[in-house]
Amino acid sequence: MNHRVKAEIRYGEHFTSAGQILRSALVSGPGIVWVTTFLLLPLVAIGVISFLSKGAYGWFEPPFTLYSYKRFVGFGLLGFDILYPIIILRSFVLGAATAFLCAAAAFPLAFFICGLKPRYKNVALTLVVIPLWTNLMIRTYAWQIILGPQSWLSHLAAALGLVPTGAGLFPSTLAVYIGMVCDFLPFLVLPLYASAEKLDWSIVEAAQDLGANAFNTFRHGILPQVMPGLAAGFILVLIPATGQFVIPDLLGGGKTVLLGNLIQQQFLQSRDWPFGAAIAFLTMGLSMAGLWLYVRLTACKGEETLL
Amino acid sequence: MAIEVEDLVRRFGDTIVLDHVSLGIRQGEFFSLLGPSGCGKTTLLRILGGLDLPDAGAVRICGREAHGFSAGERPVKMVFQTYALFPHLTVWDNVAFGLRMKRLPKAEIERRIQRILELVQISALANRKPPQLSGGQKQRVAMARAIVNEPQILLLDEPLGALDLKLRKELQVELLNLQRRLGITFIHVTHDQEEALVLSDRIAVMRDGRIEQLGAAEELYERPRTRFVAQFLGTCNVFEATVRRPAATGFFAETALGELRVDLSLQTPPAQGRQQIALAIRPEKVHLCLPGQSSGENQVKARVEQLIYNGAETQYLLRSSGQQIKVCALNAKIGTQGYEVGNEVAVCLPPESLIVLED
Repeated sequence: MNHRVKAEIRYGEHFTSAGQILRSALVSGPGIVWVTTFLLLPLVAIGVISFLSKGAYGWFEPPFTLYSYKRFVGFGLLGFDILYPIIILRSFVLGAATAFLCAAAAFPLAFFICGLKPRYKNVALTLVVIPLWTNLMIRTYAWQIILGPQSWLSHLAAALGLVPTGAGLFPSTLAVYIGMVCDFLPFLVLPLYASAEKLDWSIVEAAQDLGANAFNTFRHGILPQVMPGLAAGFILVLIPATGQFVIPDLLGGGKTVLLGNLIQQQFLQSRDWPFGAAIAFLTMGLSMAGLWLYVRLTACKGEETLL
Repeated sequence: MAIEVEDLVRRFGDTIVLDHVSLGIRQGEFFSLLGPSGCGKTTLLRILGGLDLPDAGAVRICGREAHGFSAGERPVKMVFQTYALFPHLTVWDNVAFGLRMKRLPKAEIERRIQRILELVQISALANRKPPQLSGGQKQRVAMARAIVNEPQILLLDEPLGALDLKLRKELQVELLNLQRRLGITFIHVTHDQEEALVLSDRIAVMRDGRIEQLGAAEELYERPRTRFVAQFLGTCNVFEATVRRPAATGFFAETALGELRVDLSLQTPPAQGRQQIALAIRPEKVHLCLPGQSSGENQVKARVEQLIYNGAETQYLLRSSGQQIKVCALNAKIGTQGYEVGNEVAVCLPPESLIVLED
């Protein structure tokens, strides 16, 4: 029995008996069917559509062309236009800024939770996760009220001279970032907490013992140890935050075009499926390239990663 | 004095970890804090290193009040039990860390590191990172990282605790040689009594936040003052006894084994007027012989209950009038012939080897 178990968990070996093939098919089959139907096929469809032309009535039709991609990187019918590259950049800045703000907020929070007594830790972690159980729209509308002209926060800001009297904190860039950080914070706190929890504090003490100041203690004693969690969390925030458009729309006043609403526009209002598909495909490609680069860079250092 | 500790108290919540500890550690000695886990030895070490603060009491390092000086500012460096090497830095950068924090000139840093890497024989590993090192190699890097800063005092928290027995024995010798060569004070925390005996000039045996006894290794082994020290440091037979009448250089005591003469010429007598005392004797000091062959004082008949043959020596477990006696005998002439389990034997407890305990 022991012998057989050993044989089965040996990775990279080919299954030999029909029974083993059947069993593994039964176990992994439903998952494979699900992924194929709802992820792989739509993805292939989007990929194919992105290379087709826009139809006269908004559908798509041959011939195959690279036009949508060219247009997206700035070379449209009317010569070079920086509009779309700016949208890419703007979305990326929003995503990266959100990820940085979340990281800055997650550090104290994760270490605070680590310092709690075991029974309070679970309570704290649940409190971190609870916002994820609430609908994004409801949360975002709630911020509209909290930051609106009538709220006491706005009155306070007006009293301090931060905004003109009568004006609200919403809509504004500040409101967008408050909403974004609030929405994405759990994705950074959880992996960072997991890393911080197993932190070897003696390395921190070693840094202090060797005369490191606060910055160097953090830089050499703490940061390298929590890097796997921090990087995983950063990516978990960066990628969806780059594609996020509901929060900027609802809290920013709906004045800026981002990748998310650009794609939505192409598929719905503009009925330009090939262009929408090209945007979706290219941004996905950019994210993948970024991830690959990250894995390569960290793998070179011989450090463990979560990816 | 390299270190003077006065009336040190440290509490964690309701538990008193250090209970009015005072001690002095001399310049250049190899000093061990020995005790079971939870006795406060590591906390004491951490307070000396500036990694923990006492609730009361004073610490003077090289004559200067240490309070108010951070770990990095003290002329003291720590070697951690888990080594605590920076995982993202190479061996070279690990060792360079303290010097770089002090902003020493580059050439000076390079010179010092090269010398220290040679001293602990890890020059070939300079470009490796800690995950690529073995336990013994990590230990050497941890040592190098601390002593490259030229501290007055080196604190070692169970430095060999994570290594296997054979490597531990090898590194014990190296540690001792290193200390003699550097001439700096080593303060070493361990729960391994054998390691403490091998390495230390002096040992403080700690128990429940207090120092139970402090002295040279030999003094502690030969003349333990309390039952705890006698039994924690090596093995020891302890008999309850009642003081009966004075003898030439000691007294006669009544025990379960009968009346025994205790010689006091090498030890302090029990407190005035104390009748109920405890006597201790080390297993190797008990003479074992066949019945009728013995010629010694304090002779007792016993039966062999168990024996463990170790090659060079044999450990016997004897019983006499309900009292257990542990005996350790060299197999100098012959092995265990005549002393098999169940046999009647005789033992002599030399009067000068019977130690009067304080509790």
